[in-house]
Amino acid sequence: MHGIGVFVCHCGSNIAATVDVKKVVEMARLEPGVVHAEDYQYMCSEAGQEKIANAIKEKNLTGIVVCSCSPRMHEATFRKCAEKAGINPYMVEIANIREQCSWIHKNIEEGTEKAVILTRAAIAKVSLNTSLLPGESKVTKRALVIGGGIAGIQTALDIADAGYEVDIVEKTPSIGGKMAQLDKTFPTLDCSACILTPKMVDAAAHEKINLYTYSEIEKVSGFVGDFTVEIRKKARYVNMDKCTGCGVCMEKCPSKKAKSEFNSGLNNRPAIYTPFAQAIPNVPVIDPTQCIKLKTGKCGVCEKFCQAGAIDYKQKDEVVTRKYGAIVVATGFEVIKLDNLEEYAYSQSKDVITSLELERIMNAAGPTKGHLERLSDGKHPKEIVFIQCVGSRCDESKGKPYCSKICCMYTAKHAMLIRDKYPDVNVTVFYIDVRTPGKNFDEFYRRAVEEYGVNYVKGQVGKVAPQPDGSLLVHGVDLLDGKQLKISADMVVLAAAIEPNPSVRQIATMLTASIDTNNFLTEAHPKLRPVESPTAGVFLSGVCQGPKDIPETVSQAGAAAIKVVGLLAKDKLLTNPCTAKADELLCNGCSACANVCPYGAISYEDKLIVDHGVRKTHRVAVVNSALCQGCGACTVTCPSGVMDLQGFSNRQIIAEVDAICR
Amino acid sequence: MQELIRRMKELMADGTVQRVLGWKKGDLSYNPEPYYFNTAEELDEFVYDGFCGANLSKYMVKGSNLEGKTLVLLKPCDTYSFNQLIKEHRVDRDKAYIIGVGCKGKLSPEKLKEKGIKGIKSISGAEIDGDCTELKIDTVYGEKTVAYKDVMLERCHVCKGKEHRIYDELMLESADTCDGDRFTDVEIIENLPADEKFAYFRQELSKCIRCNACRNVCPACNCRKCVFDSTKFDSEQKANVDSFEESMFHIIRAFHVAGRCTDCGECSRVCPQGIPLHLFNRKFIKDINEYYGEFTAGEDAETKGPLTDYTLEDLEPDERR
Amino acid sequence: MSMNEEFRPKIVAFCCNWCSYAGADLAGSSRLAYPADVKIIRVPCSCRVNPMFILRAFERGADGVIICGCHPGDCHYSTGNYYARRRMTLLFSMLDYVGIERGRTRVEWVSAAEGVKFSNTMNDFVETIRSMGKNVRLGDLRCKN
Repeated sequence: MHGIGVFVCHCGSNIAATVDVKKVVEMARLEPGVVHAEDYQYMCSEAGQEKIANAIKEKNLTGIVVCSCSPRMHEATFRKCAEKAGINPYMVEIANIREQCSWIHKNIEEGTEKAVILTRAAIAKVSLNTSLLPGESKVTKRALVIGGGIAGIQTALDIADAGYEVDIVEKTPSIGGKMAQLDKTFPTLDCSACILTPKMVDAAAHEKINLYTYSEIEKVSGFVGDFTVEIRKKARYVNMDKCTGCGVCMEKCPSKKAKSEFNSGLNNRPAIYTPFAQAIPNVPVIDPTQCIKLKTGKCGVCEKFCQAGAIDYKQKDEVVTRKYGAIVVATGFEVIKLDNLEEYAYSQSKDVITSLELERIMNAAGPTKGHLERLSDGKHPKEIVFIQCVGSRCDESKGKPYCSKICCMYTAKHAMLIRDKYPDVNVTVFYIDVRTPGKNFDEFYRRAVEEYGVNYVKGQVGKVAPQPDGSLLVHGVDLLDGKQLKISADMVVLAAAIEPNPSVRQIATMLTASIDTNNFLTEAHPKLRPVESPTAGVFLSGVCQGPKDIPETVSQAGAAAIKVVGLLAKDKLLTNPCTAKADELLCNGCSACANVCPYGAISYEDKLIVDHGVRKTHRVAVVNSALCQGCGACTVTCPSGVMDLQGFSNRQIIAEVDAICR
Repeated sequence: MQELIRRMKELMADGTVQRVLGWKKGDLSYNPEPYYFNTAEELDEFVYDGFCGANLSKYMVKGSNLEGKTLVLLKPCDTYSFNQLIKEHRVDRDKAYIIGVGCKGKLSPEKLKEKGIKGIKSISGAEIDGDCTELKIDTVYGEKTVAYKDVMLERCHVCKGKEHRIYDELMLESADTCDGDRFTDVEIIENLPADEKFAYFRQELSKCIRCNACRNVCPACNCRKCVFDSTKFDSEQKANVDSFEESMFHIIRAFHVAGRCTDCGECSRVCPQGIPLHLFNRKFIKDINEYYGEFTAGEDAETKGPLTDYTLEDLEPDERR
Repeated sequence: MSMNEEFRPKIVAFCCNWCSYAGADLAGSSRLAYPADVKIIRVPCSCRVNPMFILRAFERGADGVIICGCHPGDCHYSTGNYYARRRMTLLFSMLDYVGIERGRTRVEWVSAAEGVKFSNTMNDFVETIRSMGKNVRLGDLRCKN
């Protein structure tokens, strides 16, 4: 026999102003099964919870309905309260009479009527609730970090320092990421490599950190606390244990036509290569698309010269399977393709470059050994134009709608560095706005203007026209002066927008982590849970979540790490008991449910079923409640309604429908 | 047909199969019924002619639980249902020995009635060995003739083809009977104004007596317990208490078999009220083909059904025409 | 109901817990009004909505049913709304086919951030249903007066 208690919250005046709470109480008393109903100012307060607990004990309530704010707000609170008072926490239903009633309706009569109906639906549902017990699942005390840039390295270091094992999977041959490609960093102008490489070395040397470079995520299964991940270690064709990193192979390799990824394609690298001199691990890989030996069978120069005997042309990809309790995505970004922004003549002139390419040109280890020169003729440029917001804050047919956030600052840095080293060079920057929020950022930008005499022009560039003499005619507009400008430049630098690394889409799908329209991973809450994905056990670090600079990335990386540590510190996790369940007595074993299950939680067993005294073996569906996340896709696929979802059962939902339509 | 009987007896005698699932002569010349023949002697009662419309594949759900192999006779269209049942793990391929039998179109006793042919004593011309072009019917009112095609089941006019999708051996010739487009009727209804569509279906569905013949015969409706009989769903329904329930029943039934229905037409064939139930199934088939690409349930036993599949670019519910 | 009283439709809205229900909450906390005719039923995912629930609602007197879920690609369970999209496309097409006025059923993707869209959608849906009037067709089928 049911004994249902109904508790109507005033929420101060939030509810009581447009809902007649006394009337709701009165109407609730009329519903079948209701043995107690009362109202109170703040049900979620200690006093309110005490009222609920007392009523449960005194009236022997079997289930309760709280008419209050959204269940997303206080369902957990009231469940805890019910549990303390001695009933199963899943015998609680919430009628959302605040967000979905009092806050949107002005008329008290209307609001009250709707609140009564919502309460009625919740009562109808709770009378069909059953006690549910959460299961327990183990926590594998190891974390996976996908991506070995500064975000991934920092997250891994912080997790490892807390004493947990971490694996970093990086798809390129070395960790370091985009930061390794940078020359100097704003706003301090210290050298990127000088601050990054020690961290790379720390990560490699850390006893708790294991690197999988030149590796990719192949498959992810499982759930928070117990993920199983297949990692494809691509064939390096170099034995990592034997290689001493002497570099002779790279020198001797006759195939030197591949574009250097590290130098943004501005110069070439051999077929056997490390991306850069400080690469970690310092073991080269052979690019099978370039290697003459792998392509034709003839050559073998590197093998001949390798004193360590580390070259192994027969090496194959290897797939390793590892278990993790938590996964951090730190896949970073790429500079967008500029195909849709032809007006800047990027593809027409070698002297129109992106900022990342300029970074490499300015770098002593770059293609020009750090000398500022035009890529077309090697001449020293006298006039340089920087164009901001190339593909950022832009129509979606051409670029990205968002602000890439880092461009204003790095352009100020570039302008300043050029003016510092080459005072003979004129630098003009076209901008829409200069955005410099951040510690010491605006000061930095003002130095560029005031101390270094960089010419900032508010306005956009309509066209960059390469001229026969090799110069670039920049057609711009100065909005403050209201003038058309034409500048004959020797070099144009585009602050191209950044976008999430394209690989993130596939990774997000594997992790069932959600992604926004711009392919940035979605956080669980934009303000309160910025480093967690809505998918339990998946965390976000760095630009994969949204554009950010190095200091922000590092702080987010640390935040993600502490969330991971908080998870790994637990020995057991409680699982959501609202999972699917098949009635094995009636299941057809048709496999439709397994076909739609995104978690592979459904398997089939031949079971001996006794139905009205008849013993028969039937193929029936069995749900692994540790894997099931409770979406309910299976329940609708099942034609006989044998598959049901606990907590949102067919009967419960139908009871709600009936109560609302009554 | 004698050849077929000889072969069936042979397979029984050599122990390949324990029994035969076929058609047995009825008490009238036009109502043979599905039957498990357990001995060679029983096969004397076997018949396979133009009136053997019944799709035997669903009977193999039971057959799969019997000891040893069952010889089952499947017409080309029945093999689609059989494949679908394999896909759904409802029949055991290894428990069946399939003789794919030819088909020259199946006949509708209802259509004979519509032609005013009553008091039938005997019918000739429906034999599978004949050319199946004309029926000679001996009635109490004298002899009548009617063109075979004119009294064929609707489904045979839109036949899926003569090819068996699954079999162990083939026997008997088939004939082409297809002379229509199966979506014509659906399109006609689609193009009606909403009022007329509604009037049409209300009139048809009001005839439903909830005898469940459609459900019982349907090879896709093979649930051990129908959701409409289940107390676990709060959807159990009694016959004919509320006319909305008939609509709900037929719409939901069609939805449950959508992507699984092979358009075998059995539902319409067995409906004692003559409701054209296939029009529901064909609507789903037509939509599925149009929205998600051509799909024929039961063409094989592996391909995922369209409702347990998706693409990222599927059209939105409001984008349908 | 007297003739001059305004027609107040019964509308059932199935909202997925992760996006649309949160979107409805946001509409609430942003005080974006929509008519009280809309009553929300929380389901974990749009793929939990069984066509039986929809027909049941109509059977019991609903005038309109709307299903809201995460935008395709954003499903919390990654694939749920893709299945829901196919199911509802086919079901709605069928309802259309049997002559139930189009517009009494709707699917809308509303994210947790789209409080405005939620409110606008509900306002528009209620407006549509009000202009269509009482669900006479299904009412007829119900044999009720």
